[in-house]
Amino acid sequence: MFNVPDAQGRFGKFGGKYVPETLMNALIELEDAYKHYSKDKEFQNEIRYLLKQYSGRPTSLYYAERLSEHLGGAKIYLKREDLNHTGAHKINNTIGQGVLAKRMGKKKVIAETGAGQHGVASATVAALLGLECKVFMGEEDTKRQQLNVFRMNLLGAQVIPVTSGTRTLKDAGNETLRYWVSNVHDTFYILGSVVGPHPYPMMVRDFQKIIGEEARKQIIDKEGKLPDTVIACVGGGSNAIGIFYPFVNDFSVKLVGVEASGKGVHTDQHAATMTKGSHGVFQGSMSYLLQDEFGQVQEAHSISAGLDYPGVGPEHAYLKDTKRAEYVSITDEEALNALKLLSRTEGIIPALESAHAIAQTMKIAPTMEKDQVIVVNLSGRGDKDVESIMHYLEGDYHESD
Amino acid sequence: MNLIDQKFKELKKQDKTALIPFLTMGDPDIETSIQIIKELEAAGADIVELGLPYSDPLADGPVIQRASERALKHNINIHSCLEIAKKARQKNVSLPFILFTYYNPVLQFGLESFFEELQAHQISGVIIPDLPIEEDEEVRAISERYQIHLIPLVAPTSKDRITSISKKAAGFVYCVSSLGVTGVRSSFYDGIDDFISLVKQSTDLPVAVGFGISTNEQFAKFSKICDGVVVGSAIVRNIEEQLPLLQSAETKEKGLLQIREFVAQLKE
Repeated sequence: MFNVPDAQGRFGKFGGKYVPETLMNALIELEDAYKHYSKDKEFQNEIRYLLKQYSGRPTSLYYAERLSEHLGGAKIYLKREDLNHTGAHKINNTIGQGVLAKRMGKKKVIAETGAGQHGVASATVAALLGLECKVFMGEEDTKRQQLNVFRMNLLGAQVIPVTSGTRTLKDAGNETLRYWVSNVHDTFYILGSVVGPHPYPMMVRDFQKIIGEEARKQIIDKEGKLPDTVIACVGGGSNAIGIFYPFVNDFSVKLVGVEASGKGVHTDQHAATMTKGSHGVFQGSMSYLLQDEFGQVQEAHSISAGLDYPGVGPEHAYLKDTKRAEYVSITDEEALNALKLLSRTEGIIPALESAHAIAQTMKIAPTMEKDQVIVVNLSGRGDKDVESIMHYLEGDYHESD
Repeated sequence: MNLIDQKFKELKKQDKTALIPFLTMGDPDIETSIQIIKELEAAGADIVELGLPYSDPLADGPVIQRASERALKHNINIHSCLEIAKKARQKNVSLPFILFTYYNPVLQFGLESFFEELQAHQISGVIIPDLPIEEDEEVRAISERYQIHLIPLVAPTSKDRITSISKKAAGFVYCVSSLGVTGVRSSFYDGIDDFISLVKQSTDLPVAVGFGISTNEQFAKFSKICDGVVVGSAIVRNIEEQLPLLQSAETKEKGLLQIREFVAQLKE
C-alpha cells in the first residue's frame, strides 16, 4: 500500500509530472540516472562518506528530560538534525543531489530558496564539489534574509533576486523552473523539498529518509521499542517525510505532520495547505494546494519562512488521504512560545519551523502516559531566526516582515 | 468541421501561413480585450490564442507574467474569459479561438464542464503548457468528445518524444522555437530548421511555431517552413505600451489602431 510512487511518479492520485514539454526529457534523464546510481555502490559510499565526515551524521537522538518533565507526560526525544553542517536537515538532500549532478557530468547547479536554508545548503555542496551555483530567491526574502544572501556569496554562489509575483519562495520556485527550461542542457536543478515533478518527491525523500532510519534504530536501542508518536513540521515536507518514511509500515506508530497556521486558519494569513487547501496542480505535481475557487494559487503566511509555501509534497497528500498520517496546524504565536520553552528548558534554540513541531508536542505530551514515547524531528537550529524573533517580540515584526 | 481545421484548409489552398496572435485576456480589461480581438481580425490574423491569466505562469517570460498580474488584479477569471469570447462573436468576429491556459484552473473548473463551456462559446482548441502527454489522457478523451482540439507543444528537447506527441495531436502541432519561456528573442534554437522538418515528417497535421517571434522578417522566415506562426509576447508588449492610450476614452481608438498596425505589418 505504501510502496509509492509508481512508475509514473504517482502517490495514489498525487504527484506526476506537470511541466512544460521542454523539461520532460530532462526529468526522464534525471530519473534514469537516479535509478542507475541508487544501485551503484560507489555513489552510495560517496554520499555516506560525506554525510558522516562532512555533515557529522549520524545526528543524535536526544532525550529531552527537562522538557518531558515540564510537560508531565510522554518521554520526548529530539532527533537533532539541527546539529548537521549548515544547521538543518537540508544538507542531506543537497549532498545527494550534488553528488548525482557530478556523476551526471553537470557542472552547473541551480536551486530555489525561501529563507535561504536550502540555498545555503546548495551553495555549500556546490563549493564542496566544485560546481557553479546560482540560487533564485524572492526579492522580498533577499531583504529579509540579507545574512543568508551574504553567506551564499561567501560560498561562491550567485544569488538572483526574483521580482515576479509575490517575490517569495513560490516565485523563486517558478523562476528556477523557468531558468532550467532555458538551460536544461548543462544545468542540474537541486530542488529543496519533496515537491515538484517526479522524480523529485521520491528522490528527495530517499535522500532524507536517513533521518528516520537513524531515529528508528536509535529509539529501539534506547527504549527497546518503537515510539508511540513521531512529530515533524511540514512546509514542502522534506524533513517530515525523511523521518516518517522508515516508520510508515510500523502501524503502531502515529505520524503527525505540523503545518503553519500563521495568524490562524480562520484568517487568510496561514500556510495550512492540508488543513485548508484542496487538490490541485502546482509546480509540477498534483497535491494539496492553497488556491481560490478559480484555481489561482494563494499566498501563504507563516512567521517561519520555511513553512511559508502554498503547496505540499504529494506523498504527504497521499499519507493524509490514506489516513496513515495526521496533519495539524500551529499558529505563529504557539510556535514562538514553543521556541522559548525549548530554549529555556533544554538550552536548544530551535528553528521557527521546528518550533511548530515542538508546539504540537506541548499539546499532546501531557495527554500521554509517562512510559509513552514521542520522537520529534528538530529539523534545524534557530540561529537564522534570532533577528526576526527579536523584531517579533519587540512588536515590530509586521513592519520588518 | 472544427474552425481551426477549416482555417488551415483554406490557407493551404491559398498557399498562406496562419498568423496566430496571442493576447492575455482582461489586460487591461474585458471590454478592451474584445476590441483588441476585433483589431486582430482586421489586421489579418487567422486564428487567435486567448490567454487565461494565471498566478503562476511557469512557461511564460516577464511580458506575459506582467500582463497576467495586471489582469488578475481586476479579478479576471475563467468566466470573464468565456464572456470575452462570447461578446467577440456577438461583434461578428469569426476567427477560430484557442484558449491558452495552465492546467490547474481547468482542473478546478471541472474537466467535463470546461469542455462543455468551450464548446458552448465556440472555442475550437486548447493549449495547456503544463500538461505533457504522460498526464493528458483523461483531458484528451473529453476534448475529443466535444470535438475541441487539444493542441500539444513540442520542444527542441523533445527528440524521441516527437512521434508520440504528434500521434496524439489534434488541430496542429505547436513547435517551441527555443529552449526557454515565452518572450521576444533575436535568435532561435540552432537546429530549428531540422527540428521543424522532423516534426513535419511526424504528422499530417499543420505545424506552427511560436515562442519569441516578434518581427515580420521572422514571420517571413518561418512562413517558408511552417503552416502557422504564433506571435505572443510581442503583441502583449505592444498592448502594454499602448496602456496609457487604451485607458482613456479619448485616446483609446488611437491605441487600438497602433495594435492593429503592429499586427498587420507582421504579415507584410
